[in-house]
Amino acid sequence: MTRQDIIKPENLVYEKPRLLNENHMHYCPGCSHGVVHRIIAELIEEMGLEEKAIGVAPVGCAVFAYKYIDIDWIEAAHGRAPAIATAAKRLNPENLVFTYQGDGDLAAIGTCETIHAANRGENIAIIFINNGIYGMTGGQMAPTTLEGMKTSTTPYGRRVDLNGYPLRITDIAAQLDGTCYVTRQAVHTPAAVRKAKAAIRQAFKNSMEGRGTSFVEIVSTCSSGWKMTPEAANKWMEEHMFEKYPLGELKNTVK
Amino acid sequence: MAKVSGAVVINEERCKGCNLCVVACPTDVLALKSKEVNDRGYHFAYPANEEACIGCASCAAVCPDGCIRVYRMVEK
Ligand SMILES: Cc1ncc(C[n+]2csc(CCOP(=O)(O)OP(=O)(O)O)c2C)c(N)n1
Ligand code: SF4
Ligand code: SF4
Ligand code: SF4
Repeated sequence: MTRQDIIKPENLVYEKPRLLNENHMHYCPGCSHGVVHRIIAELIEEMGLEEKAIGVAPVGCAVFAYKYIDIDWIEAAHGRAPAIATAAKRLNPENLVFTYQGDGDLAAIGTCETIHAANRGENIAIIFINNGIYGMTGGQMAPTTLEGMKTSTTPYGRRVDLNGYPLRITDIAAQLDGTCYVTRQAVHTPAAVRKAKAAIRQAFKNSMEGRGTSFVEIVSTCSSGWKMTPEAANKWMEEHMFEKYPLGELKNTVK
Repeated sequence: MAKVSGAVVINEERCKGCNLCVVACPTDVLALKSKEVNDRGYHFAYPANEEACIGCASCAAVCPDGCIRVYRMVEK
């Protein structure tokens, strides 16, 4: 069996989704943003929602999401994605509307919009990339930064007496009556990627069916901000992030 | 017994040499080029041990840049 015998169209089992276009993504090598972009593009393609999907991009490293996934996008001011998504979904109830936000965007400057959109039960999906740091601006502390974690603004590690506690905003979202589906996932292994994809599929389905707000946290790495190789960052995430941000479903009223 | 053979094709120019596919492969097929780099200066991944590939697509599942195409064939 030679390589030429195997590489034939009828044997193809995976290739990059067409909706993830040919533009070179600016993300650092190994960044979780890339994996989640790819999953979103795969899902929109598989669910046949190419003409119906409206994404709302954040301020943060994912600010250029619209350059990479070929659907309609709106670029929101920092933290305001859930407010923009509220308008988009109310005006276009037949469309899939989702936000894509980092932890600085969603859990710091955008806390108000996040909580109120979820509490109103807007029929949107919120995809929340929690890498515990402000990646884009140079690795400053975020509300989600772990206790003791070194960042450029906590060079000796986050101190709770000075900086407060890491914020588990997903747990708060699960307490709100407006959310129908709240889950925490990761994308560091093939199995985790499969589960994260199933979760985002559920969230997109909920938006299409008008079930309320879906909230999918993806515990992520920022190898540049954390100053580690992508491989070491995945390990560090498993050993440290998952303790504070355990994976699994927090709420599901749609079953 | 049915024999499963796989093959991967890597988009070398899109690859950023993050090594995540190398770690994810259960049969140690992949490696990063140690000397060669692509146009952006990354040591891209390649199937160093291609006979061992079973076409499981674990590598493609973790690749942040969608660089990997996977083929799988079952011989009866
Ligand atoms: C109103 C406003 N305040 C502050 C900033 C600076 N700023 C840009 S991105 C960012 C945080 C990004 O962190 P996060 O949301 O965690 O995303 P990541 O880059 O880690 O993906 C900040 C504070 C800004 N652009 N606009
Ligand atoms: S700075 Fe961090 S979050 Fe931003 S692209 Fe690089 S690794 Fe990803
Ligand atoms: S398809 Fe599976 S066996 Fe083949 S290179 Fe990828 S991970 Fe390894
Ligand atoms: S996971 Fe993708 S980007 Fe990273 S080394 Fe492998 S092929 Fe290249």
